Amino acid sequence: MTVPAQVDQGSRAPARRGRKLRAFTHNPAFVAGSVILALFVLMAVFADVLCPGDPFDMVGQPVLWPGQDPEFPLGTDSLGRDVLAGLVHGSRVSLLVGVVAAAIGLAIGTVVGALAGFFGGWVDTWLLRVVELFQTTPTFLLVVVIVAIGDPTVQTIAVAIGVASWPTVARLVRAQFRSLREADFVMAARSLGYGNIRIIVQEIMPNALPPIIVAASVMIANAILTEAGLSFLNMRDPNLISWGGMIGSGRDLLRTAWFLTALPGVAIALAVLSLNLVGDGLNEILNPRSDP
Amino acid sequence: MRMYRRVGASLRRTALHAGPTILGIVVLNFLLLQLVPGDAADVLASESGTATAEGMAAIRARFGLDQPVLTQLLTYLNHLAHFDLGFSPRYNMSVLDMILSRLPATLLLMLTALSIALILGILMGAVMAAWVGRWPDRVLSVVVLLFYSMPGFWVGLMAIVLFSVHLGWLPSDGDMTVGASLHGFALIGDRLKYLVLPALALASFFIAVYARLTRAAMLEVQRQEFMRTAQAKGLHPIVVQLRHALRNALIPVTTVAGMHLGNLLGGAVVVETLFGWPGMGRLALEAVLARDFSVLMGVLLLSSFLVIIANMLIDLLHAWLDPRIGAT
Repeated sequence: MTVPAQVDQGSRAPARRGRKLRAFTHNPAFVAGSVILALFVLMAVFADVLCPGDPFDMVGQPVLWPGQDPEFPLGTDSLGRDVLAGLVHGSRVSLLVGVVAAAIGLAIGTVVGALAGFFGGWVDTWLLRVVELFQTTPTFLLVVVIVAIGDPTVQTIAVAIGVASWPTVARLVRAQFRSLREADFVMAARSLGYGNIRIIVQEIMPNALPPIIVAASVMIANAILTEAGLSFLNMRDPNLISWGGMIGSGRDLLRTAWFLTALPGVAIALAVLSLNLVGDGLNEILNPRSDP
Repeated sequence: MRMYRRVGASLRRTALHAGPTILGIVVLNFLLLQLVPGDAADVLASESGTATAEGMAAIRARFGLDQPVLTQLLTYLNHLAHFDLGFSPRYNMSVLDMILSRLPATLLLMLTALSIALILGILMGAVMAAWVGRWPDRVLSVVVLLFYSMPGFWVGLMAIVLFSVHLGWLPSDGDMTVGASLHGFALIGDRLKYLVLPALALASFFIAVYARLTRAAMLEVQRQEFMRTAQAKGLHPIVVQLRHALRNALIPVTTVAGMHLGNLLGGAVVVETLFGWPGMGRLALEAVLARDFSVLMGVLLLSSFLVIIANMLIDLLHAWLDPRIGAT
């Protein structure tokens, strides 16, 4: 609170906060995205209440089309499993993998990017080399290899996607830190004798945050897409139902019962769409300069 | 003349940079693959079902799998220096031959997908930027956002349902009609028919990426002063948009396209498997499942090589697009 820039922020805080809040509620992309996303989160949390029982259980006649039997509004697959139950329970894997993978990617990327951008010099040169190393390797192939190292559990898949996705964040954070490290408030903090760690965490990080928040929602979205691809290739947790896996097993009946492939894909697209809408909304709100 | 000097300097810089990067990739991938449990001998043994401990030891000894990791790495690097990518125990073929036999199909698929993505993406982005806030922008924004959110392989599956199953227009498996002896235009036409769906599936996500980037970059450029100058000179609005706005907007778009090339190759793994396309991506997946690491190393190395070469070309393109780049 001794740093001038922060005091300045503090005194204007209430008025700003009101304006910020209105910016959130008045942004159609952000509101629409949040609503859809909230529905998915509720679906994942209350999956056992909405569709009790194991979604892998055979509950009806095989291959019922949606609407054919009111008991199974979205139909059943080739083994008589309820598609709706599969979709509801599958949201858990997608959201969990998405959030955990993005958290891992953000953590590694932020640390690497902050160190490279703040210190510059040889630290920057070497860390950038590592980033380039990862960026020349096809991400999806790297994920496949890492999943092959461990067992295909949800944890391994999330870690693999996180480890493969950090370079983008690292570049973003590095650019932010490079542009902020010479800022006046950093100079002020230095002259007060703050240590490097304190300057990085308390001074620069809060100011570098907006683009990182936007990147986070896009990262969750991409992690969900990657997980779907992996599950489709059968690199999935055999004990948990997932949307990508449902597409993979529905593919055998693509010619006769295409709804088995279409419905889980719609679920993936909707979940990813909601995250992208949130990301776009956040971008407009937090980086107003990008408005036309 | 200055143009050539600039291009030369840019090429030298990239080449100097590329050597250590390739070496780093080889070492990193090699160590990573050592962590994968099981080796080719295990998979061969489990597939034949009648392997003895002696037989497996013989396979390992023959391919050097029983050596210490560091020795294996040095052997690999030594072979690599002689342009030898090793030998696949599983397919009984030299890795280089295997990859070269798959490379043309992958390159064809990737270049087609990349061209579709760049052309459609830049076109849509430019249209959105030109009509920003009005209905073409709004409609296209929704379309682009949908492509940005759908998994490419699912787009491919739905395209199969529509174009192969219901309409019967396009084939959904393989890269050419088996057994047909076609020549000339008939051959090209046949190949094209097989290419359309996989290329679209691979391109769909990237169309959206480039469209969004082009739109943002073109709107960013509109605020620059040279745009006002160009308009004040009395240039036609279309000329201003194409020669001044789009040319500058192409720099971020092509940069990202270069960075995405690795991702495009990754996406090819899923799309090639889905469409039975005989390319490198499918080869890589088969190699992981068969623990055929010499093949996987080869594929990883070659993809990194492709990415580096592509980025070199993009640097050259930038030097041409913006004379200020590479002037030092």
